[in-house]
Amino acid sequence: MRLFIPAIAALVLAAPAWAQNAPLAAQACLSCHGANGAGQGGVPGLAGRDRAELVALMAAFRANERPATIMGRITRGYSEAEIAASAEYFSRQGR
Amino acid sequence: MTTTRRALLGAAITAPALVQAQTQARLLIIGGGFGGATAANFARRTYPWLQVTLVEPKTSFVTCPYGNLVLGGFRQIADITHSYDGLRARGVTVVHDWATGIDANARSVRLQGGQSLGYDRLILSPGIALRWGAIEGYDEAAAQTMPHAWVPGDGAQTLLLRRQLEAMPDGGVVGLAIPGNPFRCPPGPYERISMIAAYLKRHKPRSKILALDAKEAFSKQGLFQDAWAALYPGMIEWVPASRDGRVVRVDPRAMEFETEFGTRHKLDVANVIPPQSAARIAADVGLTDNSGWVPVNPVTFEARAAANIHVVGDANIPGPMPKSGFVANTTAKQAVAAAAAALRGEAAPEAVYFNTCYSHVGDDYGISVVGVFRPNAEATAIVEVPNSGGVSPRGNLPDQRRLEATYADSWYASITQDMFG
Ligand SMILES: Cc1cc2nc3c(=O)[nH]c(=O)nc-3n(C[C@H](O)[C@H](O)[C@H](O)COP(=O)(O)OP(=O)(O)OC[C@H]3O[C@@H](n4cnc5c(N)ncnc54)[C@H](O)[C@@H]3O)c2cc1C
Repeated sequence: MRLFIPAIAALVLAAPAWAQNAPLAAQACLSCHGANGAGQGGVPGLAGRDRAELVALMAAFRANERPATIMGRITRGYSEAEIAASAEYFSRQGR
Repeated sequence: MTTTRRALLGAAITAPALVQAQTQARLLIIGGGFGGATAANFARRTYPWLQVTLVEPKTSFVTCPYGNLVLGGFRQIADITHSYDGLRARGVTVVHDWATGIDANARSVRLQGGQSLGYDRLILSPGIALRWGAIEGYDEAAAQTMPHAWVPGDGAQTLLLRRQLEAMPDGGVVGLAIPGNPFRCPPGPYERISMIAAYLKRHKPRSKILALDAKEAFSKQGLFQDAWAALYPGMIEWVPASRDGRVVRVDPRAMEFETEFGTRHKLDVANVIPPQSAARIAADVGLTDNSGWVPVNPVTFEARAAANIHVVGDANIPGPMPKSGFVANTTAKQAVAAAAAALRGEAAPEAVYFNTCYSHVGDDYGISVVGVFRPNAEATAIVEVPNSGGVSPRGNLPDQRRLEATYADSWYASITQDMFG
């Protein structure tokens, strides 16, 4: 294991683990959509989806232009900037 | 990330000689439930330079959420029991002990075992205390006959209530005594009524549920009452305070509830959900106000009485937010982020809080209440974002109900993974 340590330390310094974490506004999404937005049971995944597609979807939920079970009630509480930052994060997660 | 890589990263980050972290600050967390476990896991994932220690007496955690499904026969206690091994694997030091005192000046916490733990920032999420004696005759001994099943502990209270339901004759009466606001999980008693009704309908259909309430109205009331009328017609009687619903005395020997105006109700199974306050440690160290709960800063969740001690979960006064596991989760993350910012000399991040409380009311039948909240412009209070949130639509909507039941299950799996995974 000792052999590995310098490589890992370098990796940590180059790409800090915390840079890959969801922004605070997106943290609540994880409590239903699963870790990194991977999806959980009947709740669809967000990870790896196109950023623009996610933003458009949320905008449609907010505007009541898309039938929603609960996402309409949720998205109307968030700002466009928060939705954009969350979409950006999820679009960068592996499926 | 694979487990191996995560474990190695954890090891690399905690080895101070290898990585010059910004600081080696100590984050101490008291209580390993919805607020505390979330805080520990989130802190390790997000701020690897924090040394995180969690103090929790129990070696595994039985959730309140989904306890009502155990009562209904839809889940086993094992399904809602979680280990702390996942947090240990993330690099959290888990100490199984009670915190008995906090010295805010010396920044140290005393444990029952005699040890003291120092901290730079403290997160306190100890949950609630049941106010024994607030209902005459209801003490810890009475709870062995008339379970509360509201603080799950090792699951014994929930299992006791379940066994009593199983032993009850068909045609018996299940009584519930429900407290006034504020209390843990506003829709919880009504989900419990529903889950008990689901069990009785199947196994003891001539039985009745008598719900005696100290309030006039309750969370998701219209949705619950619609579902009761549709799924369990004639089985459930809910009595508000104005119709003498407030239980003031219980008699476990006679198996009776007595209400404010002296009506006595004889019961076969009696569930008492007593009035509550913040857990004892919060009061002992002087963080509570006259209400018995802890006033907090709406951005950092520091106790008004002690900067540097962030109080999250049911113990605090959350403004318009409910005392829910989801709120404990979302506010714990903000509190950790605020603590980390303070340790780096930065301002607390902008806050947005979120809640969804799902309730199961029958097979494939779920309902919810959603809320998005923020500090007001002056940061003096928390307010709900206008035109957002709210409850599920009413009406005959089987697809909506079925989906919400599915989503509830996903919520439970996801949030417990977020806490313990
Ligand atoms: C029947 C029922 C159903 C519910 N359903 C839902 C639901 O569907 N959704 C939802 O969001 N919420 C639900 N809730 C509410 C949820 O359980 C609580 O809001 C949540 O547990 C609060 O988290 P907490 O961290 O404040 O307290 P807890 O989760 O109770 O954790 C507190 C922990 O602190 C420990 N502790 C206490 N004192 C000390 C001390 N001195 N030293 C060390 N450790 C200490 C305790 O042992 C405990 O493990 C439900 C509640 C009930 C009763």
